[in-house]
Amino acid sequence: MSFLEIVHVHKRFGTTIAVEDFTLAVEQGEFISFLGPSGCGKTTTLRMVAGFEKPTSGQIVIDGVDVTNMPPNRRNIGMVFQSYALFPNMTVADNIGFGLRIARRPAHEIRVRVEELLRIIHMPEFGRRYPYQLSGGQQQRVALARALAIQPKLLLLDEPLSALDAKIRASLRQEIRDIQRQLGITTIYVTHDQEEAMALSDRIVVMSRGKIEQIGTLFEVYNFPATRFVASFVGTLNQIEATVVDAAIGLLAVEGQQFRIARPLPQHRSGDRVNIAIRPELIALDGQFNSAMNRLSGTVEDVTFLGSIVRVRLRLAANRLSMDIFNNPHLRLPQPGETITVHFAPEACLAPGDDTPREASNAQPLSASAAEAA
Amino acid sequence: MAPLTQTKTNQSTVTRRSLSWTWVGVAPFFLFVAAFLIWPTLSIIGQSFLDQERRLTLQNILELGHPFIVSSYVYSVQLSAVTAIGGGLLGGLLAYAITIGGLPRPLRDAVISFSGVASNFAGVPLAFAFIATLGQLGVVTQWLRSIGISLYPAFSLYSFWGLCIVYIYFQIPLMVLIMAPAFEGMRREWREAAESLGANGWQYWRYVGLPILLPSILGTTVLLFGNAFGAHATAFQLTGGGSQGNVITILIGAQISSDALANPGLGNALALGMIVIMGISVGLYTWLQRLSARWLRS
Amino acid sequence: MLKRFWPWFWFLVGATYFLVPLYATLDFSLRARRGELSFAAYTSVLNDIRFIESFMFSLQTALATIVVSAIVIVPTAYWVQLRLPRLRPVIEFFTLLPFVVPAVVLVFSLARTYSRTPLTDSREGLWVLLVGSYVILSFPYMYRAVDTGLRSINIHDLTEAAQSLGAGWFTILTRVIFPNIYVALLSGAFITFAIVMGEFTIAALLAQPAFGPYMNRLASSKVYEPSALAIISFALTWAAIAAIQWFGQGAQARVAGPR
Ligand SMILES: Nc1ncnc2c1ncn2[C@@H]1O[C@H](COP(=O)(O)OP(=O)(O)O)[C@@H](O)[C@H]1O
Ligand SMILES: [Mg+2]
Repeated sequence: MSFLEIVHVHKRFGTTIAVEDFTLAVEQGEFISFLGPSGCGKTTTLRMVAGFEKPTSGQIVIDGVDVTNMPPNRRNIGMVFQSYALFPNMTVADNIGFGLRIARRPAHEIRVRVEELLRIIHMPEFGRRYPYQLSGGQQQRVALARALAIQPKLLLLDEPLSALDAKIRASLRQEIRDIQRQLGITTIYVTHDQEEAMALSDRIVVMSRGKIEQIGTLFEVYNFPATRFVASFVGTLNQIEATVVDAAIGLLAVEGQQFRIARPLPQHRSGDRVNIAIRPELIALDGQFNSAMNRLSGTVEDVTFLGSIVRVRLRLAANRLSMDIFNNPHLRLPQPGETITVHFAPEACLAPGDDTPREASNAQPLSASAAEAA
Repeated sequence: MAPLTQTKTNQSTVTRRSLSWTWVGVAPFFLFVAAFLIWPTLSIIGQSFLDQERRLTLQNILELGHPFIVSSYVYSVQLSAVTAIGGGLLGGLLAYAITIGGLPRPLRDAVISFSGVASNFAGVPLAFAFIATLGQLGVVTQWLRSIGISLYPAFSLYSFWGLCIVYIYFQIPLMVLIMAPAFEGMRREWREAAESLGANGWQYWRYVGLPILLPSILGTTVLLFGNAFGAHATAFQLTGGGSQGNVITILIGAQISSDALANPGLGNALALGMIVIMGISVGLYTWLQRLSARWLRS
Repeated sequence: MLKRFWPWFWFLVGATYFLVPLYATLDFSLRARRGELSFAAYTSVLNDIRFIESFMFSLQTALATIVVSAIVIVPTAYWVQLRLPRLRPVIEFFTLLPFVVPAVVLVFSLARTYSRTPLTDSREGLWVLLVGSYVILSFPYMYRAVDTGLRSINIHDLTEAAQSLGAGWFTILTRVIFPNIYVALLSGAFITFAIVMGEFTIAALLAQPAFGPYMNRLASSKVYEPSALAIISFALTWAAIAAIQWFGQGAQARVAGPR
């Protein structure tokens, strides 16, 4: 039995299905992120765990207790909101101590605990200030301390950093992770920002349109995306529109240049057009010849120097192909306008059959997903 | 040297001219306010410290202590306080009902629109409306009589409580107009944050909801007090406007047409007393609104 | 539904308080003829020459008030936003003053201060005082409405564009600014209209033949006609407020109405 179990949870608002058949088990001390585009049901799921929404059906169990019908004020869950939601009429110290005051803890105990938390969030001098005297980043740290003060079983954060500017976002992200490690508190973190999810999480739950697309570690989700949606939402993905030459052996062509994918395409016939996806870092410049590799030639459109890597964009008929190469001082960078040949393994390609049935039934799954991701 | 000084002089003329032009833009406003508001008011305030021979005196202020005048002030203060609290309570609850009370959206819009009208529907026609409702021949009076309850002579629209009922009619909508946005500014996250920290509904209101709203509620109630205190037409219509009326505004109004107190200095002092009370209530209102605006910023 | 009991309850209490007097007045105004419902009270009022005279008088006064108020407020609000933003709190303070100095005190001060001057010794002079006081009462609404209107257009760019085309200040104000804030101005104008049309205190104490004092006098001689007048007056206020909402500028009715 895991620490938090969400079992076959559905949520409908009128006719809108916000969350569909959501099942997830979270271990004690784990840091889980819900990642997905806006409107995919992340907040709704989190609010059901917190108790602000009741599931239409399904069950939520925390630490062996079924809390599905338990009101939020008895769940002992810490919650951090995107808009901070500090009580404007209370000082920082009163905000942090609010939960303890409600629990009728003795005054000196509250004082000690509040001081401890102010230290943890690196704001020991700020106890007497009011929220309106703090910056956004400081307010969110206080909100975190307020949620932690009650020593909750579970910490829930709903896009806590998205109202802050980029620099504070990065530093506060690290701080959240450090505090979570230090206290070993089980945490669910909602975000639509893949970078944030990657920087923080032990495991990621990728969601789309109310459903779980994949649950896994960052390594799994990135390298073995279960669906086309996951592949396109996590990381950058190239798309090539190709024509099937021989479906049985997975032979395709783009602009007369043939290449293979790792498996046959039983649902397709030759002449069909399919979308193939490849990660930029799995494409290499054609250095030494390797007969197992696919090779494609295209015209260099532009070259962007990004520090440790260099991103080269090629044009191949109507397709654009990005590739990443590691920087080194002896590298001969291709020039725009030049025709170059690149190679990639058949295994690097994602074909339509790799999708879930729902995605596959979609006429143009990849572009649809990409639009959502954007 | 000479050219340099030349330039300097030129520059200062230019700045001076553009500065004065800047002020010319707002001069009409200030002249108007000075002529029709500031000068007359200040002169009345000043004169209330002068006697008939224009010598400095506190006599006029002291004469405000005359029992008849004190009873007028007390009557007006009581009327204003009762209608501010009554209207504030009813208006506040109505504002609550149509905002976070979760009534259908069209009801909210209808009440807000109606309040816009009703807060401007006062004075003589409002008095007429209540005479038609609760006067001796009023529709409600007669209906009550038909089911065996006779309001008169125990009740009278022209009595203290009668005036209260009429005043509350224009107090409620003012409260609704100011408090509805305040209620709508209560964020759902505050309640949820409180709940997740263990608070029940009562504790949320006790520690978070009411304290946040309190400056607005108090401020608006003070504003309603002033609103009633300065009212003249409604009371005049209902009480007939004779100087037997106990409302202070009627007493002041009576000073214009006939010097009812036979002492112009005392009339000025009456006006001064009124301005002081109104000034305090508006000042208090502004301060409380600022307090809540400061909290609710961001 | 039971969860919503109290909101519904308070809504119904409020609605009753608001609507019963209106219903009663309407009912009363239709009972001028014994035993039947009729518009007799309305016909009697509308055919009264003093009604028409006082109504026209107040209408003219309202229009004069609106014009003067607009002529004073528009350049001021424009200038404060363009050149003197630090003056804004001062202006806002002055626009709060009509509440500190209620109508009865205002008219008392004016009458005393300007007594034995042409302002109080002639019909025209008293009318000037009347319009002047109404303009003061209208400032809070006018300023707020115009200021909001000016914020919604970029007056800096508009002004500079007009200047670069050689326009002078008068041209800028009348041809560029006025037309752009005319909707905002209208909402201030309708509030002013609603206030002036029903105003009693100032008009009565300055002995002006306005609509408010006419209504007051009618009460001593008639029984049903006052109710008809109250309904007409309410409809007039409603129309003015509806016009504001129609034009969509939320210049909300606030303090300093005709109490
Ligand atoms: N209270 C509600 N009433 C109706 N629909 C809602 C409500 N809350 C959320 N939804 C809908 O449920 C879907 C998921 O919303 P949400 O969980 O907020 O998405 P996310 O947090 O991933 O952006 C959306 O389509 C949203 O419009
Ligand atoms: Mg969300």
